[in-house]
Amino acid sequence: MESLEQLHGRLLTRFPGAEIVVVNNPAPSAQHSLLVPRDVARELAFFLRDDPALALDYCSNVTGVDWPEKEIIETTKSTVPDPAGGAPKVVETKTKRIQPGYFEVVYHLFSIALKHGPVIVRVRTGNRTDDVTVPSFTPIWRSGEFQEREVYDLFGVTFSGHPDLRRILMWDEFKDHPMRKDYVEPDDYEWEPTPHGVVLEKARQHYPPAVVAPAETPPPAAKP
Amino acid sequence: MSTLPPDSSPAISQAERDELRRQGILLTSMEELYNWGRSHSVWPLQFGLACCAIEMIAASMARFDIARFGSEVFRPSPRQADLLIVSGTVTKKMTPQVVRLWNQMPEPKYCIAMGACAISGGPFKQGYNVLKGIDRFLPVDIYIPGCPPRPEALLHGLMQLQEKIRGQKLTGPDAPRHLQADTTCDFPVPEFGEHDLLPPKNTEVWQPPVIVRKE
Repeated sequence: MESLEQLHGRLLTRFPGAEIVVVNNPAPSAQHSLLVPRDVARELAFFLRDDPALALDYCSNVTGVDWPEKEIIETTKSTVPDPAGGAPKVVETKTKRIQPGYFEVVYHLFSIALKHGPVIVRVRTGNRTDDVTVPSFTPIWRSGEFQEREVYDLFGVTFSGHPDLRRILMWDEFKDHPMRKDYVEPDDYEWEPTPHGVVLEKARQHYPPAVVAPAETPPPAAKP
Repeated sequence: MSTLPPDSSPAISQAERDELRRQGILLTSMEELYNWGRSHSVWPLQFGLACCAIEMIAASMARFDIARFGSEVFRPSPRQADLLIVSGTVTKKMTPQVVRLWNQMPEPKYCIAMGACAISGGPFKQGYNVLKGIDRFLPVDIYIPGCPPRPEALLHGLMQLQEKIRGQKLTGPDAPRHLQADTTCDFPVPEFGEHDLLPPKNTEVWQPPVIVRKE
């Protein structure tokens, strides 16, 4: 199979103007991936499946990632010449910027016919609140149907073109999306006989202050 | 039948009864006979939830052989079952079905919470989708700890349940539910809410002691 860079170059010529980026994975697994803009994602998926050199006919995994809003502090160094004629000083300026949050849907594609893979494709939503639609890949790879439903259920990403987009793990009446970073689970930590760690914190939040007993007063010293 | 309930006052002592029994004379009471019969035909519901169910199945097979205690007939219908073995993780999505099965079982019925998950949520206690113990909705008679419990532990739990059945009085306030006129075998089935089950617990059944936390 061609390398990801070769594939990237071929995709850029096939989809001119599209912002297709190779996202490098610095981990030992080195599974680099393709970040694909939403508007060309559907055609690109068809291309990946139908191109004879790729023939990625099997989508093994669909998953979601929540990237919350992040504050990034960038440090830039600049040299300022000393007016007194000494050595120029190096001044560090720190700039803060807010990187907006988004959801990411990750697809792992393999070729059964040519026995290669995976090619990893990422698609990002616009934000985490109202622009959370990405094109569904279920019409291309049927195996993505339940997994896209799972991403919809747990992250709240909606897939346009999905044939049957319903919750799959939680019940239909459920309103939350539990795998989001800002999900708050229901508070039922009222009976915690031996809490520790995270459960201790949750139990502390649950118990009203009136129930928390004051520290035991030491017994009065026995008289000789 | 060799033991008497502790608070009964027999006209003859246990030693005398045993002696009579060796001679072929059996003395008993209606209560004892009735409970003896009940305790040795506890039919469990054929109902498994997670990995504990595998141990439950193993307990019913030849090596452990739950049939020795009269519980070999796993009934596929709750209408014919006496014992609900909650064998495994109860997710919130499954809880209404478990409570509904329990409601469909006729009295007298008993409930065993098998394994850490059924008791308290187990390793999934901090999760959003697992019930933190089936005793929030059902009256549990026997708790069997373990993850999962060995089949021997299930057998021990069953023997403890038989002990409990044999000790039950047939009259008075301690009588089993089916002999009390004013009790119902219906327990409210929780509904699916927008964030959690509604209600999240049955306070009629589940009354944990108030914890006083010392900081």
